[in-house]
Amino acid sequence: MIIKSLTVRFGAFTAVDDVTLEVPPGSIVGLVGESGSGKSTLARAVSGLVPYTGEIIGAGRRRVQMVFQDPYASLDPRMRVGASVAEGVRLSRAARRVEVERLLSLVSLPAELAGRYPRELSGGQRQRVAIARALGARPDLLVADEITSALDVSVQGAVLNLVRELRAELGLSVLFISHDLAVVRYVCDVIAVLHRGRLVEVGTTDEVVGSPRAAYTRALLEAVPRLGRR
Amino acid sequence: MRHLLRTPAGLAGASLVALMVVLAVAGPPIWGAAAERIDPAALLQGSSAAHSLGTDSLGRDLLARVLVAGRLSLALAALATLIGAAAGIVLGALPSVLPRRAARLVTGTVNALVAFPGLLLAMFTAVVVGLGARGAVLGVGAAIAPGFARLTQTLAASVARADYVAAARMLGVPRRRVLTAHVLPNVAEPLILHLTQALGGALLGLAGMSFLGLGVQPPSFDWGRLLFDGFARIYATPAVAVGPAVAVALAGVGFNLLGDALARAASRTGPPARGPAAPVASENRSPGEPDARAVLEVRDLTVTFPGGVTPVRGLSLTVAPGEIVGLVGESGSGKSLTAAAIGGLVPYPGTVRAARLRLCGADLGELTAERRRRLLGTSLAMVFQDPMASLNPALRIGGQLAEVAVVHQGASRAEAAARAVDRLGHVHVPEPDRRARQHPHELSGGMRQRAVIAMGLMGTPRLIIADEPTTALDVTVQRQILHLLRRATEETGAATLFISHDIAVVGELCHRVVVMYAGRVVEDLPVEGLATAAAHPYTRALIASLPDMDTDTSQPLASIPGRQPPPGEVGSGCAFAPRCPLAGEQCAEAPPLLPYGTDHHVACWKAT
Repeated sequence: MIIKSLTVRFGAFTAVDDVTLEVPPGSIVGLVGESGSGKSTLARAVSGLVPYTGEIIGAGRRRVQMVFQDPYASLDPRMRVGASVAEGVRLSRAARRVEVERLLSLVSLPAELAGRYPRELSGGQRQRVAIARALGARPDLLVADEITSALDVSVQGAVLNLVRELRAELGLSVLFISHDLAVVRYVCDVIAVLHRGRLVEVGTTDEVVGSPRAAYTRALLEAVPRLGRR
Repeated sequence: MRHLLRTPAGLAGASLVALMVVLAVAGPPIWGAAAERIDPAALLQGSSAAHSLGTDSLGRDLLARVLVAGRLSLALAALATLIGAAAGIVLGALPSVLPRRAARLVTGTVNALVAFPGLLLAMFTAVVVGLGARGAVLGVGAAIAPGFARLTQTLAASVARADYVAAARMLGVPRRRVLTAHVLPNVAEPLILHLTQALGGALLGLAGMSFLGLGVQPPSFDWGRLLFDGFARIYATPAVAVGPAVAVALAGVGFNLLGDALARAASRTGPPARGPAAPVASENRSPGEPDARAVLEVRDLTVTFPGGVTPVRGLSLTVAPGEIVGLVGESGSGKSLTAAAIGGLVPYPGTVRAARLRLCGADLGELTAERRRRLLGTSLAMVFQDPMASLNPALRIGGQLAEVAVVHQGASRAEAAARAVDRLGHVHVPEPDRRARQHPHELSGGMRQRAVIAMGLMGTPRLIIADEPTTALDVTVQRQILHLLRRATEETGAATLFISHDIAVVGELCHRVVVMYAGRVVEDLPVEGLATAAAHPYTRALIASLPDMDTDTSQPLASIPGRQPPPGEVGSGCAFAPRCPLAGEQCAEAPPLLPYGTDHHVACWKAT
């Protein structure tokens, strides 16, 4: 999928400015930037939730699905897990139940969770449900917007592992958005750095982390907290 | 439901409504005959032994008539409310499914109707439909509908912005189904609550219509009609008007009180908040000799909430001058409540117990409230995750900082203002004199957090408690704030308690790390040992599950199965045991925090 000259304006303010970015099939592209850099706006534009100018080539509507940052807000509190996961599934009633079980097992959740309400689930489990719901539409591209930043550290690892496993098993393409460079480095093949709505650097993870070209990327890398560096 | 009956207002409302329902069911069969019995010998009487509320122009007993009229009054009110609610909810929900132009038309109509006085709308409808009960019910229904429409629209609009609705749209769920599956179930609760209150309003409205002669016509009668008939005689025999008036008032008050109580129970707001809890010395434990050198010494701190919820369980902690101690834990581990307990900020109804809680050599549990307030005010600086929690949005930055010096150090206004500008400059706020004249909303998040730190540095704090001060900030700003905190600690010689969920940040800033799990300290170690020498399985797992810039990307990240038990469900054994690969029989008993090498303590039976 290719994002071509994508621009998002809110009135006079340009949130995303002429961004061109390719997400090759089966790869995870990381998008990093600070708050206000436009990364969440870009995610919403790619997902069709915000009007934009420019082109998105190679992914139709419903072929892009997004997983949101806050798993406490992205599941309907009055809808059972099974019904939430089934929302994107276009199958007969009987086939749908089987598909929901398959989707839940894809994200390593037991099938009996389908009958529960979100409030009975932990944050990590909710985020898995949100991922399962997105996978139900068989997307060409999964947009993951800060999917671990509302989770506790001990759960974050499992969700990151899941994203990598899904890519390996399903050949899923992912646009992975995060402010945390260590997380992006672990998950992504390519890293794109967004600063004030513009892409300042795109390259493979090794290139960007190992020999950053943009000054802004260097500042970001320098600011990553490291255990025991004092 | 028990919640509902606990407050006096809820109890009164529920009893009144129950009384009205009983009256509506049992009234006509019991008093029906008495209400219709014509007695030519007792026309237009006032209050007497035989007729306590007097009689009407046909000699019928008015008490019986009031008791019988309850059924018609309540039934009409219920009908009017249902009509109004149904019309209102449909009007309010339509904009969510209609195309944009039609939706705007509906919204505009509702706005116009809301602006129209309700009574006028009711009278207009009643006159158009025709005099009588039908006109009155439709009229009151029409008066109620715009309120319902507006409420539905507002609620639906807020649900429509939720992430789960965005997710449903992306999945291609049709708008009609979004409305029925997501929007309506999530707005139902407040609408049902509003229904109860609208019922009270409808009752009053119908009584008003009947009183104006627009409602129920003879020979039928409701409370409003009885009031209308009695009103002419109010100066001669007041009792005849009092009966129906009291009945209308009681029913109206009952439904409104019940509606209020239901709304409060649904929003789960507890009883009104009281002041924070003061620490209480816990009995029968000897904490040993106090550490004279420590800035902060906490022994056996426990924070409890009603219902057996104990977020902090027997925590001990010592912080020396110039030391930065990191308190790490996941959400729900009790780290923030520990800080709140030290600062005397545990909200009601929490109780704080400690064998010892000493700040700067003074025992906080033994001080009078006034002296404790002064000690905390001068020697403790607190920095929270959200700087707006510490800043008043209506006041200028400089004035707020100066306030500290005026209140706690007795400085003059001018001195205090000068010091505020100086402190702002000290924490690297550019153009401090201009910033001091600005309001908090004019500053960025990082600048606000600097201002809060500057506020803490107005005095000479002995202890700085920073609770997730950088969590809401960008990494580059986070780094600057961490530098600033370290410099402030070095310069003032104060001790710092730095609370964070992020073990990497703690590892970078602190000298010593205290790891909390389910309300207890599980490990306490020097930061140098964090990456390699951690002994508790939880600490190790936490470090292993955190990717950093050197993590091997070919291996899956470590993760901890299960979840931390919530504060109400922590058992007597080791709270980590259910998630621990090393757990054995011994772990059914909680392990004590024991020395493990130099400056290192671990609470684990399996640490060897």
